[in-house]
Amino acid sequence: MSDAKIRIRGVGKTFVNEQREVQALQSIDLDIQPNEFVTFVGASGCGKSTLLRIVAGLESPSRGEILLDGKPIDGPGVDRAMVFQHYSLYPWLTVMQNIKFCRQLKVIRDTVRNDSDVETAAGRADALLNLMGLTRFADAYPSQLSGGMQQRVAIARALMPKPATLLMDEPFGALDAQTREVMHDLIRHVHRLEKSTILFVTHDVEEAIYLGSRIVLMAPRPGRIDSIYEVPLPAQRHQDMKLSPEFTELKREILARIRETSGMQTDLEQLAKLSAVTG
Amino acid sequence: MTEQINIPSASTSAQQRHTATPAAPAEQVVRKSSFWRIRGEISRRSAWLLTVAGLSLPFVVWWLWTALGLADPMFMPSPGAVLERIGRWWTSEGLVTDIGISVWRVMAGFGASALLALPLGLYIGTYRPVQAFLEPLIDFIRYMPAVAFIPLVMLWVGIDEGSKVLIIFIGTFFQMVLMVAEDVRRVPMAQIEAAQTMGANRGEIVKLVILPSAKPALLDTLRITCGWAWTYLVVAELVAANSGLGYAILKAQRYMHTDKIFAGILLIGLIGLLTDQAFRWLHRRAFPWMRK
Ligand SMILES: Nc1ncnc2c1ncn2[C@@H]1O[C@H](COP(=O)(O)OP(=O)(O)OP(=O)(O)O)[C@@H](O)[C@H]1O
Ligand SMILES: [Mg+2]
Repeated sequence: MSDAKIRIRGVGKTFVNEQREVQALQSIDLDIQPNEFVTFVGASGCGKSTLLRIVAGLESPSRGEILLDGKPIDGPGVDRAMVFQHYSLYPWLTVMQNIKFCRQLKVIRDTVRNDSDVETAAGRADALLNLMGLTRFADAYPSQLSGGMQQRVAIARALMPKPATLLMDEPFGALDAQTREVMHDLIRHVHRLEKSTILFVTHDVEEAIYLGSRIVLMAPRPGRIDSIYEVPLPAQRHQDMKLSPEFTELKREILARIRETSGMQTDLEQLAKLSAVTG
Repeated sequence: MTEQINIPSASTSAQQRHTATPAAPAEQVVRKSSFWRIRGEISRRSAWLLTVAGLSLPFVVWWLWTALGLADPMFMPSPGAVLERIGRWWTSEGLVTDIGISVWRVMAGFGASALLALPLGLYIGTYRPVQAFLEPLIDFIRYMPAVAFIPLVMLWVGIDEGSKVLIIFIGTFFQMVLMVAEDVRRVPMAQIEAAQTMGANRGEIVKLVILPSAKPALLDTLRITCGWAWTYLVVAELVAANSGLGYAILKAQRYMHTDKIFAGILLIGLIGLLTDQAFRWLHRRAFPWMRK
């Protein structure tokens, strides 16, 4: 197991505000293999986003360390692209300019050796645009696109520098069910094609099962890993699998566990009192 | 879902094709006028009409007031008299020179202020240590009335061109720095973090994300502070000048030329309005992506 892509070792995070301390993560240990697709679920506030942001290098851990290819993480880098829940597109750039944004950066420019590299890059931008079904919107501004289309641009932009690791924090949270399904197949396709390692946070258990090869269930107060589930589905996924007994059984099990760990229960007695009062 | 994604091996696209049900009978929507809807739109025509009406209202009242002889023309000249005075000022009293010198002073003071405030505000809004170091100080100076600096400026710089420019600078610079810093701080963190995860370094983030993202707000800040520059120009010219629009107004008071006072005030207002419109036009031209 020494060839893990990402090793998370005793990682903890405590946020200190003026009045109080929040222990967002207690002590996380997790190994992620190359080309794995790990999904993270758990009650709100269990530290999923915090963990992802630490892996991205946007936040530094209070305790422990994360090794990426054996080397400790020190700030964000091109090798780890992140797709945010809220649209982080650049509204002053067109769709194509957004996707090609990284081409202006020194880290990327330094890798360009000759004209054919430039051509390959242009081809990649076109291919991503095509893959996302946005060819007709290459010259549109983000404000002219729907939410789902904007999120596809954000994914294409993140994929442009060929990141070995892709970090996604509820990227489809704002999308409707149909668009989401299309995006699921698309992201699985990218995962296979690019051999990338993907860490994917979601609220949607069905999404977590359909996408992931492993599901990490986290629990809040303090944020920790509660349990890990292997997904008993073949690598090649299919929408119909969502109806299979293994799928629904796993879904039921995970949902029940999230409910148990969330610390929030539907108090039927309280509800009864409430409805008695409101008549 | 109108657009479709072509993915090899995608299994969903087929399910999305089904014949559309016949459209429901078009309801007869009674379109109420959006005149009083909160933040409702109005037509271009009504917008123009209302603008013209709003602008001409005070003039009509003014004209009626004087035409009916309700005011002493000594203290309240008629619009006609003021217009006539502007004509005379233009042909024989050097209006162009007065406007020219005033515009030059505003440009110099405002330009110097912007030249320093933009980079300084950018630093304050981007780096917390710079903010902690400079913002309270600037806040403190900002609350000292710029007008109260005039005696000091006259002692230090004298009453030549430098003093007018300096007064305009003092009046606008400190406000401008704080506004620029705020504009820069308003750049969404997500935009900055997205660039960081693509490997952008600090310089690139400032140049490729923070500046372009803040540009529209910065142009608005310049537009607003330019208006203040005109206020301080008049103040400076009233006390420490022998040329310019403000000085002309002051001199007119000495000779009881109320029509010229009116003319001067109106002209300054007009120049301000034109500058403001120029900024707005530039805003629309420079940021087409802001339109829906
Ligand atoms: N910058 C911050 N400052 C202070 N507290 C924070 C900060 N970011 C997160 N927290 C706290 O850390 C805990 C975990 O937050 P986090 O956003 O990681 O949870 P999450 O699992 O992503 O929740 P959700 O599912 O609602 O997105 C929360 O209690 C939150 O209030
Ligand atoms: Mg979150």
